Amino acid sequence: MKIDRRFFIRKVMAVGVLLAVPRILFAARPDKAFAATDGDQAMASLFGETPAASDRVVLKIPEIAENGAVVPVTISTDLENVESISVVVANNPTPLAASFALGPRSVANVSVRIKMGESSQVLAIVKADGKLYSASKDVKVTIGGCGG
Amino acid sequence: MGKPIKIRAKMKGDIAEVKALMPHEMEAGFRRDPATNERVPAHYITDVVAQHNGDVVFTAYWGPAVSKNPFVSFSFLGAAVGDTINVHWRDNKGDSSAIEAVFK
Repeated sequence: MKIDRRFFIRKVMAVGVLLAVPRILFAARPDKAFAATDGDQAMASLFGETPAASDRVVLKIPEIAENGAVVPVTISTDLENVESISVVVANNPTPLAASFALGPRSVANVSVRIKMGESSQVLAIVKADGKLYSASKDVKVTIGGCGG
Repeated sequence: MGKPIKIRAKMKGDIAEVKALMPHEMEAGFRRDPATNERVPAHYITDVVAQHNGDVVFTAYWGPAVSKNPFVSFSFLGAAVGDTINVHWRDNKGDSSAIEAVFK
């Protein structure tokens, strides 16, 4: 059997495109901050300093979470030039839950659902124009969500 | 390949709003299998990237503390009805999934 040359080239190119795309897309994840077992450590690794509290960061999270496995969080801010938004759950085994990198076209309003092992302070940290701003809330968890 | 992402992309005036649900176990790695008492290895989405017109408009870095079947919503400017948004994720085992949606 003879393999059609055109067909062969098309196949090779299609596979090449599939393999090439994801590698270009993903930037560097802050793995060290995600591995930190202490909230301050995670923030030090992520930002090199501790953020100052600001009322311009709006953290929406229930005060009482009935199910720690699914706690909805929304973070927004009216600050300009927002570079990133991060969520830290102080009492989780690895406190950094999520970090979002925003761009010049982003609207600083992000929602996600997180797990909480026990009642804890939750911090939202916004980096805007190179400066750090944070908001925090104490969340009471009725049933822990780390699958115990 | 990971399971397909469910996505909704909607224009709200100037603001392009994207909501995505990604079916994934998001295993934290702390749990033990009740039958064998073996630790269940961590398996979770580490990165999510969204692109519009070749521009990365949103990146999420996640740890194992993001809930099972993650939901995320984000917004950006500069899109119009009919434009395409691409969303990709990958996990700590090298699995991935991608989807495309058109703004309504």
